[in-house]
Amino acid sequence: MSKFIQKITRSQLFLPIVALILVLVFNVIKTPTFFKITIMNGTLYGFIIDIINRASELVILAIGMTVVVASSAGTDISVGAVAAVSAAIICYSLGPSQEAYQVPYLVGISLGLLGGVLCGIWNGFLVAKMKIQPMVATLILYTAGRGIAQLICAGQIIHVEKTDYRLLGSFLPGVPFPTPVFVAILVVFITWAMLRYTALGMYIQAVGINSKAGRLVGINSSMIIFLTYIYCGLCSGISGSIMSSRIAACDANNIGLNYELDAILAVALGGNSLGGGKFSLAGSVIGAITIQALTTSLYAMQVTADQLPIYKAIVVVIIVAIQSSEFKKWFSNLKRKHAIKAEAAS
Amino acid sequence: MIKFFKERIDEKTYLLLITILMFIVMYGAGMIIFADKGFAKPQMFFNLFINNAGLIVTAVGMTMVMITGGIDISVGSVVGLTCMMLAYMMEFMKIPAGLAMAVVLVYGILFGCVQGFLVAYLKIQPFIVTLAGMFFCRGLTAVINSEMINISNAVFLKIAQFKIYFPFLATLNKKGKLITPFIYPSVIIAFVVLILIYIMLKYTKFGRAIYAVGGSEQSALLMGLNVRTTKMKTYIFNGFLASLGGILFCLNTCAGFVEQARGFEMEAIASSVIGGTLLTGGVGNVIGSLFGVLIKGTIESFITTQGTLSSWWTRIVISLLLAFFIVLQSIFASIKAKNK
Repeated sequence: MSKFIQKITRSQLFLPIVALILVLVFNVIKTPTFFKITIMNGTLYGFIIDIINRASELVILAIGMTVVVASSAGTDISVGAVAAVSAAIICYSLGPSQEAYQVPYLVGISLGLLGGVLCGIWNGFLVAKMKIQPMVATLILYTAGRGIAQLICAGQIIHVEKTDYRLLGSFLPGVPFPTPVFVAILVVFITWAMLRYTALGMYIQAVGINSKAGRLVGINSSMIIFLTYIYCGLCSGISGSIMSSRIAACDANNIGLNYELDAILAVALGGNSLGGGKFSLAGSVIGAITIQALTTSLYAMQVTADQLPIYKAIVVVIIVAIQSSEFKKWFSNLKRKHAIKAEAAS
Repeated sequence: MIKFFKERIDEKTYLLLITILMFIVMYGAGMIIFADKGFAKPQMFFNLFINNAGLIVTAVGMTMVMITGGIDISVGSVVGLTCMMLAYMMEFMKIPAGLAMAVVLVYGILFGCVQGFLVAYLKIQPFIVTLAGMFFCRGLTAVINSEMINISNAVFLKIAQFKIYFPFLATLNKKGKLITPFIYPSVIIAFVVLILIYIMLKYTKFGRAIYAVGGSEQSALLMGLNVRTTKMKTYIFNGFLASLGGILFCLNTCAGFVEQARGFEMEAIASSVIGGTLLTGGVGNVIGSLFGVLIKGTIESFITTQGTLSSWWTRIVISLLLAFFIVLQSIFASIKAKNK
């Protein structure tokens, strides 16, 4: 029995699932109708649906962040700004007309995603080829990205008036589930399949654990790191397109604001070490949903969007502190002392 | 002659020389291009210092942290929080200016203690700790007040607007009126801090320990230096300097609001890096950081004097410049590795 419990608590998914359950239980106590799902106009409504819906962008960002963290032991803090760049490109190319887009819809979206990929290439180039610490390298786009988005939008908020632009961020006709959820599931599935059925997943872990050893066994370490950054850029682009579709506009100052912290938090909460190496996509996905549940419940408690980061910052520090090797050492020392004392007593 | 230089100039001074040369070339170019817009006047030069006094102090703190091999991206939001705290305390709680400043400085020290503890004793990556710190301070600013507060405290405004004139640099303007260039007390404070930290880094035990820890933690440990306390002290110093920088920044703007000083951390990091501080630690000089700040200030005055470009360009150009210098550092490092 105790072995079984140990097996469960040792599992990587233990922490994120417990955290998610805690947040959900807290919400049920506060609002008894929390799990109620109603159908209005053929679509599903409810707190849970709302959380899963809003979590989609974060799930996508967290997937990109997970591979980056795993391969390079550093985080990409430019994801929010890159999302804004993509959103700006999409809105700029589709144009504000009510009747027709300036360019076909798919072309506009592809251009936006291409923007995200280009940002990823820039980050990847600095990190993988120039060997600059990931966070300093991505700091450049973190500050410049919003400036670039502003320049594309010419300092204004571009609205896309054509109504089917909203479909990506809301409901497809006749489908009860929100569209972003499908996009998120698709991204997760493709990533999972890619890492599971090719050797890529193993390569990323090998590079993350020890890039020199990885190189010695014949893995092109810098290429792997480069690819993960490009993938992260693509993920940021996808979530940027969803974000802008939700509001049918591009607000360069606010799209994806503070999402970098959420994405890092999701990865850390998912039990992934921020030191690189082993990773679990499922952990990050559950982590992202937990963060969104937390955000939604904080909003329900009258916390404004500006004040939100304060709570998340505290949670990040606590999680990372618990994960840190120094803390573990201290904890195991404490345990050992306890055991010795107990032995002496008996 | 060339041999003489080759012997004396290593990679550290090389980066610093590039920076100083770059500043002189940029400012000189500005004097020629914008001659009609007053770029050559002494006041324009002093404005560089007046506008960036806070940044000088913050960049000095950042340089110290970067020499230990760490980084602090929370300084921007500490500056924002400092302004908000000052404004709130003086306007809504009617606390005298001196006490309000003392409270802010104590907060900076405490904040530095927490960050230093997490980095030095729990060995968490500095970037993660200070990223959390950045969001924490930004959130706290919003908790204090989400509106813009203008400061009207008489003592504070008096300090902010006290002009120190330089009569010997006086020039006549187009209408024949005598214009005497001036600076504000914040510039003097910034320079005092700069000189004190320069002396500390160069001639005190603690200062040398900072370089040793950044150069190689392992060797510093073997030499018998207390690596943890050195790092911790550096972060405390940085917290103090960031809030002092915030006060100087506030003396310049005389207001507090949530979005204030966003991206300030980037400017501080860029100034340090442009000034020759290596991201890998162990190498750096506060004089270089001063020139980094001046280069940033020159770019800013280019963009404001030019008039048609949006202020977003400042950030983009600074970011590009940072990227350029980082790449330069990385090239130097790889050349050095090859020579070994």
